[in-house]
Amino acid sequence: MLRILRGSAQALAYAAFVAFIGYFSASPSYTHTDPDKALIRLSFSHAGAPVRPCRRLTQEELAQLAPNMRKPMDCPRERLALLVEVTLDGQLLHRGSLPPSGLRGDGSSTAYERFTVDAGRHSLGVRMRDTPRESGFDHQREWQIDLKPRQSVMIDFRSETGGFKLL
Amino acid sequence: MNPRSVVRQALERVESGFDAAFGARLNPLYQLGALGWFFYWIVAVSGLYLYVFFDTGIERAYASVEYMTHEQWYAAGVMRSLHRYASDALVVVVLLHLAREFVLDRYRGARWFPWFVGTPILWLIYASGISGYWVVWDKLAQYVAVATAEWLDALPIFGEPIARNFLHESVLSGRFFTLMVFIHIAVPLILLLVMWIHISRHTHARSNPPKALAIGSLAALVVLALAYPAVSQGPANLNEVPAVVSLDWFYLPLYPLFDRYSGLALWGLVGGVTLLLALLPWLPPKRVSAAATVHLDNCNGCGRCEADCPYSAITMVLRTDGAPFSQQAQVDDGRCVRCGICTGACPTATPYRRRSELVAGIELPQLSMQSLRDGTVAAVEKLRGDTKVIVYACDSAAARGLENDHTAVVNVPCVGHLPPALLDFTLTRRHADGVLLAGCRRGDCAFRLGIDWTEQRLAGLRDPYLRKRVPRERIHCVWAGFDGRAVLLREAAAFTERLRSLGSFKPGERGPAGAPAGTMVEN
Repeated sequence: MLRILRGSAQALAYAAFVAFIGYFSASPSYTHTDPDKALIRLSFSHAGAPVRPCRRLTQEELAQLAPNMRKPMDCPRERLALLVEVTLDGQLLHRGSLPPSGLRGDGSSTAYERFTVDAGRHSLGVRMRDTPRESGFDHQREWQIDLKPRQSVMIDFRSETGGFKLL
Repeated sequence: MNPRSVVRQALERVESGFDAAFGARLNPLYQLGALGWFFYWIVAVSGLYLYVFFDTGIERAYASVEYMTHEQWYAAGVMRSLHRYASDALVVVVLLHLAREFVLDRYRGARWFPWFVGTPILWLIYASGISGYWVVWDKLAQYVAVATAEWLDALPIFGEPIARNFLHESVLSGRFFTLMVFIHIAVPLILLLVMWIHISRHTHARSNPPKALAIGSLAALVVLALAYPAVSQGPANLNEVPAVVSLDWFYLPLYPLFDRYSGLALWGLVGGVTLLLALLPWLPPKRVSAAATVHLDNCNGCGRCEADCPYSAITMVLRTDGAPFSQQAQVDDGRCVRCGICTGACPTATPYRRRSELVAGIELPQLSMQSLRDGTVAAVEKLRGDTKVIVYACDSAAARGLENDHTAVVNVPCVGHLPPALLDFTLTRRHADGVLLAGCRRGDCAFRLGIDWTEQRLAGLRDPYLRKRVPRERIHCVWAGFDGRAVLLREAAAFTERLRSLGSFKPGERGPAGAPAGTMVEN
């Protein structure tokens, strides 16, 4: 009798253990994004212009350099931070300054933002300043989009292929 | 009673329930570490099988997993489910193992090492599991890939966001995916190495659970795999947000937090918890007495202490004192847990010496053999009853209040500290009519091997043996632990009654033929 009781208790313990494992290995489900919404991601990597233009060294300055270091142009390594704005239906969705990467600030700036928006028709705009200009933008683009629920689109930027792209 | 004692008592009550169902030898709560190893091997073997059919390219990965799950459900499908469920079981037993060692205060002092090494084990387990979800390349994988990458990108160390690799089909990086497959194989191998380091300071480490428990656990997982097979959640589609996902809450409990808190805040949380766990053995540091000391005048280099030490704290080295023995014991203070099991193993720890000072070859300075013998004699001298019982209680036994007119209690760090010669001395010199050994629960000795070695010494299976002349029926072992006071009181009373019926010890007295090595009771 005791043996049967112990066997039953063991079976119960094993069953409880695997039930616990089985249930929590895939339940309860998690709603990461509202299924009725769509997602816009802004993601790119781009280097801003140098912080100042290159400058030709004078003869005196060149003479002060070691012979093997005498490059005629002095070009700064540091890059400008990018200014990026994203608009949706004319409303500013995001405005951010993207500093250059690297300890010397001489690397590319990277953007990664995500925006959960209502599905439906929208006017999506993006603009970026990557030069020392005081106002205005160097690159901008606007799209008319019809987003379905759960649709994910990505704004990319490739200077070599014409600037902003919607993927 | 401090909070830890309350939790400890509650834990022992739960364990008592498992003792009743499984018996102490098969109690899964005493085998959590060994079960962790067992589940690891199930994951490894099932993973090897799955790898045969798995396509490591991002284009075909999902299809290959679907083939295994549905077309070959009877083999690869079961293996996939076992792979997942054993991984989950691994997390459960490892977290329970960690919590249990904490409650039982088995992580400070000389035991800092396995605890400290256990911290990276947690990271490696999670890295193995999360990368595993990644390589299925279903909707959950897509969610895990992007969320993990976003979290990594919060650290200012990556030039270009890793998440970019998983945002759109046009930028999808098959090479990065293949790297994840490689990581899913490499990290578990590193985990195995660190698991080995984790137990490297334990002699006779339990890296295999008892066969019956292993078979039961495997059978239960196979039943689960057949009844509730692990399935994918639809192919990844980077043009669509995996809005609702079925999370594995054992591996991915932090992921919902990614949507609520910044990546850096979560790095702070996870890093802080990791640091706290790693430093816990010193918060506060354990106050410890002096480590076991070798007395070369009495050490003949037999090596029994080295063989019995549960923590590899003793090594035999070349003799340094010119005595005619090749070796001598040497104690590593940093590894010694002050259990005294080495003294129990020492053949020179014999209390019969009266002419010379009683000093064993290896002793705990705070509880020398001399003081143990004198303490025993002094304790029984106070007894007035007609039947005298001496209780040797380890620090984990609930022997408080056991003393009365005919029962004296002598505390030792571990029952393994008692050389069989001391029991012989106590009984055959008629200091007491019976000896009761009160220890931890069987299967859960606070010093790992104290109960095993004691039982084997009493049964004549391990050197030093209890001499045959010692009547076994006058030795009673109660392995009831911290929460076993009621059991101990009951057993002590019953033992006293039995001794009363036996009468006083007479030299030459023999127990019944085939008498066991002392009677033993478990809680």
